Amino acid sequence: MAYSGNTSGSLFAEGGAGTLRLMLHLTAALILMVADYRGGYLERVRYWAGLLAGPAYLVAASPVRLAGYLHDTFSTRDRLANENHALSQQLMMSEARVHRLEAVQGENQRLRALLGGTRGLRLSVQLASLIDIDLDPFRHRIVLDAGSRRGVREGLAVIDGSGVVGQIVAVTPLTATAMLVSDPSHAVPVQVVRSGLRTIAYGTGRIDALSLPNIPLSADVRVGDELITSGLGGTFPAGFPVGRIAALNPDETRLFVVADATPQAALDRRGEVLLVWDTTAAPEAEAEAVGPPEQLMSTPRVESVPGADAGATP
Amino acid sequence: MSRMRGGGGLFWGSFGFALLLGLLPMPMSLAIFKPYWLALVLCYWLLEAPERAGLGLAFVLGVVGDLLFGTLLGEQAMRLTILTFIVLRFRPRLRFFTLAQQALAVFALLLNDRIVVLMVRGFSGEGLPPWTFWLSPVVGLLLWPWLFLLLDDLRLKLRQKDA
Repeated sequence: MAYSGNTSGSLFAEGGAGTLRLMLHLTAALILMVADYRGGYLERVRYWAGLLAGPAYLVAASPVRLAGYLHDTFSTRDRLANENHALSQQLMMSEARVHRLEAVQGENQRLRALLGGTRGLRLSVQLASLIDIDLDPFRHRIVLDAGSRRGVREGLAVIDGSGVVGQIVAVTPLTATAMLVSDPSHAVPVQVVRSGLRTIAYGTGRIDALSLPNIPLSADVRVGDELITSGLGGTFPAGFPVGRIAALNPDETRLFVVADATPQAALDRRGEVLLVWDTTAAPEAEAEAVGPPEQLMSTPRVESVPGADAGATP
Repeated sequence: MSRMRGGGGLFWGSFGFALLLGLLPMPMSLAIFKPYWLALVLCYWLLEAPERAGLGLAFVLGVVGDLLFGTLLGEQAMRLTILTFIVLRFRPRLRFFTLAQQALAVFALLLNDRIVVLMVRGFSGEGLPPWTFWLSPVVGLLLWPWLFLLLDDLRLKLRQKDA
């Protein structure tokens, strides 16, 4: 080799690349990967390094933020007025719908109380914004601006206005990473609204598709059926929309049906999401582990389900 | 030694910038074309200033990248280490390639990098990515000449300013 030796005494210069050096570095990388994957020994390292990554995320997201700000500043009054009008109409309709649902929910709660039902409907909700950065287009992860300081923990369900988005997989003090439902290693327990059939929706790696394998041939599923979370498994509270069946195909064995579904939620990186958790699922854990003082939370933390206080058992 | 100190800002700045470019959000339809900026910049410095860049630097950069991108800790460290080893092995030849030939060599390196990613993610149980996964090296191929000329130009300007 023309280049020889470490003459500079620089910190990282290693002088060429001997095979021994390569082996050392590769072994170190392998040990890191195994320790991270198998043991979770590096969780603390990740947790605190996340604190350092925060500023980098902010810088990387700033161009988009600036563009958004400029857009807001220079958009015409007309357009804003139109948007305002449309939004207030939407709000009115939503409010009407909510009022009706509240009545139904009250009734539901009473009936459940009569039955001595155990599955309560108490949900806690927290708002979080997406940090607009792109981790890897082939791994379906998003970064949220709420971390363990605001009570976010691993396993919380993430939803938006129209449906289930995903779940939290990693938490640092100020940020949290969520895996989208479209990630190939993600699965949601779902239920077909029309027939009540329970199955599981897997991510496919494509942002616009979910896959539901292993549906029996005799099962009552049709194209266009709506899917909601079934609440089994405990991560996702029951009843949130997940997607809609788009196609039904026989699998290779011809003994089962594979259904393709389109996710209901907007799975790109924009906007804001809600973190939801079932308060009745683990009441003591809720009181102990997730309890940052209320006054430290900067965003509104809404105890939803206003009609639930009558009959619910906390 | 003074030559070493000069341009230290550019050296570290370019790595920082590459990391930020990697995080920069793009519309979903363009995101699949995102090149591996860190590898491209590292490749440049390995060719032009091997006395400052080496396996150790590649490893450290990789770990920083892993922490920022939330990948398995050590994944990018391994990718960049392998890339560095190959570049340093063939450096005397690569340096005298024309820009087009160099770009092709970089393409091969990035393709190899994709295979390493596939291996690591396969072992850690992630599924096969769609075919668009392989588009990123092509973008790297197209970007390499411009990146090379840009960094060369910046380095020259800084050196003239120092002199």
